[in-house]
Amino acid sequence: MATLNVNGEPFSIDVDGATPLLWVLREQLGLTGTKYSCGIGLCGACTVHIDGRAARSCVVPVSSLGTAQKVVTIEGLSPDGSHPLQRAWTELDVPQCGYCQPGMIMAAAALLETNPNPSDADIDAGLTNICRCGTFNRVRRGIHLAVQQKRSRGTS
Amino acid sequence: MTTRRVAISRRDFLIGTAAAGAGLSLGLYLPFGPRTALAAAGTPEVNAWVVIEPDDTVIIRIARSEMGQGTLTGLAQLVAEELECDWTKVKTVYPTPGQSLARNRVWGSFSTGGSRGIRGSHQYVREGGALARVLLVEAAAEAWGVPIEECTAADSVIMHRPTGRTTRYGEVAAAAAQLVPPLQVELKDPQDWRLAGKPLKRLDTAEKLTGQQVFGADVQLPGMLNAAIKACPVFGGALAAFDADAVRELPGVRSVVRVGEDAVAVVADTWWQAKTALDKLPVTWDEGPNVGVSSASIAQWLADGLTADDAFVGNQSGDAKAALQGAAKTVEAVYAYPYQNHATMEPMNATARWTAERCEVWCPTQNGEAALQTAAEAAGLPAAQCEVYKIHLGGGFGRRGAFHDFVRQAVAIARQMPGTPVKLLWTREEDMLHGAYHPTTQARLVGGLDDTGELVGLRMRISGQSILASVRPAALKNGADMLVFQGLLPSGDHAISYSIPNLLIDHAMRNPPVPPGFWRGVNVNQNAIYMECFIDELAHAAGRDPLAFRRGLMSDHPRSLAVLNAVAEKVGWGTPAADGVHRGLAVCNAFASYVAACAEVSVDDRGRLKIHRIVAATDPGYAVNPQQIEAQVEGSFVFGLSALLYGECTVRGGRVEQENFDTYPSMLIGEMPKVETIVMPSGGFWGGVGEPTIAVAAPAVLNAIFAATGKRVRRFPLKNNDLRAA
Ligand code: FES
Ligand code: FES
Repeated sequence: MATLNVNGEPFSIDVDGATPLLWVLREQLGLTGTKYSCGIGLCGACTVHIDGRAARSCVVPVSSLGTAQKVVTIEGLSPDGSHPLQRAWTELDVPQCGYCQPGMIMAAAALLETNPNPSDADIDAGLTNICRCGTFNRVRRGIHLAVQQKRSRGTS
Repeated sequence: MTTRRVAISRRDFLIGTAAAGAGLSLGLYLPFGPRTALAAAGTPEVNAWVVIEPDDTVIIRIARSEMGQGTLTGLAQLVAEELECDWTKVKTVYPTPGQSLARNRVWGSFSTGGSRGIRGSHQYVREGGALARVLLVEAAAEAWGVPIEECTAADSVIMHRPTGRTTRYGEVAAAAAQLVPPLQVELKDPQDWRLAGKPLKRLDTAEKLTGQQVFGADVQLPGMLNAAIKACPVFGGALAAFDADAVRELPGVRSVVRVGEDAVAVVADTWWQAKTALDKLPVTWDEGPNVGVSSASIAQWLADGLTADDAFVGNQSGDAKAALQGAAKTVEAVYAYPYQNHATMEPMNATARWTAERCEVWCPTQNGEAALQTAAEAAGLPAAQCEVYKIHLGGGFGRRGAFHDFVRQAVAIARQMPGTPVKLLWTREEDMLHGAYHPTTQARLVGGLDDTGELVGLRMRISGQSILASVRPAALKNGADMLVFQGLLPSGDHAISYSIPNLLIDHAMRNPPVPPGFWRGVNVNQNAIYMECFIDELAHAAGRDPLAFRRGLMSDHPRSLAVLNAVAEKVGWGTPAADGVHRGLAVCNAFASYVAACAEVSVDDRGRLKIHRIVAATDPGYAVNPQQIEAQVEGSFVFGLSALLYGECTVRGGRVEQENFDTYPSMLIGEMPKVETIVMPSGGFWGGVGEPTIAVAAPAVLNAIFAATGKRVRRFPLKNNDLRAA
C-alpha cells in the first residue's frame, strides 16, 4: 500500500512499494502525461515535481513517498495550460513529436522556481533532458520568453 | 478576392474516368468509391479529403502520419488553401487504413518516410481541397439559381458577386456532397497562396503541453492487459525454452507466452508487473549462427570490399582510373560509418485485440497500410477483417515505417488471449537490441589533382550494407541497391553536387547479419561525410580555399551553388571568425531539396569540441510552412550531430552492446549550437525537409574541426577520437 499526494489530491494505492512513481502515475492513477523512455533516470521524459523540485519518477520508488511529499505532474502544472512556459511553448511552437515535452516543461518549470531568470549557461547546466526530435533551441527561447512575459506582466 | 476559374465538364468527367483511374486523385473519387461509414449522417463528406459540419467546422483528412515533422499542419494548409476555408475552423483527422482499403485507396499512400509527406502528396491533396471548393460553390449557385461563374469563395463564405448575397460552407455542404465532382480543377499559383507558404502555428501543439496528447504507449482500453517482451538478443537466434512456472505466481501475472520463433512475453495487469516478472523469468536462447559476429569481424569484411573486384556502379563518367594515373598529385582516404539506432523517445509499442473474426491494432506507425498488412498476416485473417488505428508517434525517424515487428508481436500475443486487448510496450533495452539499424559502410576515396590544383578524377568505392537487399529485395536493380548512392547519383532527387570530369563511384555489397533500416537521412548521412570531407581534403591538398574549390566544380549545379553561396555570405566566409573559432562547409542534394551548412567550432587544448554556430540554407522548391522548416532544420542538426558525437552500436557475440542512453547518448541542450536557417524556396519543384539537412550536419562540423586542429576524423562517432590538435 502506498499513499501519495498527487496534484493536490491524496491517494492510497494498493501497489508493491518498489514500483517506480512513474508507473503508479501512469497505470494506477491514469496520469499518462508523464512518459517512460529510458527507465534509468537518464532522459528526463518522466520528470515530475516532488516538493517543487524536478525528479525523474522512473527511479523513485513509491515507498519513498508519503502524503507529506507533494507530487505535481504535467497534468497539474496549471489548471488550464496557462503556466508561463506552456504559454511560451504555444507561442513558439516548441514541440515536435511532443513525447519529451511534458518532462522538458516540468524540468524547465523547476529550474525557473529556483532560478527565475536563468542565463543560457544556467539552462545548459540545469536542463539535461533528451529530445530526439531536436527542439532544444526553441526550448531555450521558450524559457527566455516565459521569463520575459512574466516580467512584463508583473510590471504592467 | 480573385475569381478562380475552374474547368468543369461533366462530359469530360464521364469520358475521362477510365483514363484517370490510374491516378491517385481524380479517377478514384466519388461517386465511384463506395460511401462508407465515414460519411456519417449529419456530417457531410464533401469529398474524401473534406468534411464540413453544419457549424462550419472543416475536417481535413490526413493520410500521412504526424511524428513531429509538421506534415499534419502542412498538408492541412495545402488543402485549406485550395478549399478557401476559414483556417480557424480547421481540424484534422486520420482516416484508417481499413477505410482506405474499403475505398480503393482513395487517400493514396499512407507511407510517411523519405521526407515525402508533402512532396509526395501536395498535388492530390490540393486537388482534393480545390474540388471540394468547386462543389460547395456549385451547391450555393444552384440554390440561388445563379451561374457558378458569378460566385466566389473565401474564408468559408460563398458570395454571389452581383447581388452580394452570401452563404456559409456549413449551410451548403450537405447539398455539395450530392454533386458530381468535376474531372479537372485548376490549382492556385503558389504566388497567390494565403495559408500555404505562411509560418502558421501547428495544429497539434496544445495537447502536447498538458499531457493530454495520447501516444501509442498511453493507449488505454477497457479490460486491457499489458505485455513486456524479450526477443533473443543475438541476431538470427531463437527462443529455446522458458520456465513460466517460476513467475506465474508473481503479482498481476496473467500469462507467459511464446511470441513467434524468437521471443517470450509476460502478460500482466500492469506493464510494471509484466516487466518485473519478465526480468525474473528464466529464459534460454538458441543463439544461432551469428554468435561469432563482432564489430571487428564486420569491419574486416567491409575493408576487404574496398579493394574487391566486383562492385555495382552508381555514377561513372570519363575514365577515372586513367585520370588518377596521370594526375600530378593524388590524395587517398578511407572513412567508416557505424551502426546506429533510431532511439525514438517513445519505445516501440502496439495494442491489439484479436478474435477469430476480427483483429484491431492501435499503434504509432509511419505507414498505416503496412501496419494493417502486418496485423492481418499475424492475425491469420483477411485485411478486410482487420483495422489499424494510428496513434500519435513519439518519434519515428524511419523505425516505424518499413518495420512493424512490434505489431506482429502484439497480435501474436493477443491471439493467445482472444477478446482481450493487450498493450505491448518494449523496454528501452529491447528497443536498443532490436533496431532496424543505420547500415554500416566504409568508403575509400582517391582523388587526382593536376599541377594547377584542378580536380581531374575521383574514385569512390563504398563497401557495406544494403538496406534494400534486406528490407525490399524486389527494389534491387539487377542485384544493385541504387539507394546506397544517395547524394552521389548522376541525377534525380539525390544527385551529386559536383561535375567531376573523370568519376567512378561503385559499391561492393557486404551484408552482415545485423538488420539494417531506413534511418532518418538514410544513406546521405554517411555519403555526404565521405564526399564533403574528402572534397575538403582535396581542396586542402590543392592549396585552395574550400569554398572556391567547391564553386569551381559547381557551375552546372546552380541550386546547390545557390544554397552554398547563401550560407557562405551569411556566415561571413572569408572574414575572420571569432578568436579560436574555425569554419567548415558542406553541401548536399537530398530528398529533392538542396541544402548547405557552415559550422563554426572551437577545440580547446584538451581536445574538447564546442560547436558555436551553424548557418544552414535549404531550397525545398516550395516552403509550405517556413517556421516548421526551421524547426526541422534545427532538429536535423540535433539528430545528425548526436550521431556524429555519440551514435554507435557495436556488435559483440552477434548482438548489440548498447542497451540504453548511458552507453548510447544523445546530445543535450548544452551542446546545441546556435542555428541560423535560411529558407530559400526557388520554385518549380517539391523537395523534402525532414531529412536533407542531416546530411550536412556532420561534414560541416568535421571540416571545421580540421580547420581548427589539422586533424581529419574518418571514423565515427567523435567520442572515440582524440581531437587535440595534430
Ligand atoms: S524515463 Fe525516467 S529518466 Fe528516462
Ligand atoms: S519533441 Fe520529440 S523527442 Fe522531443
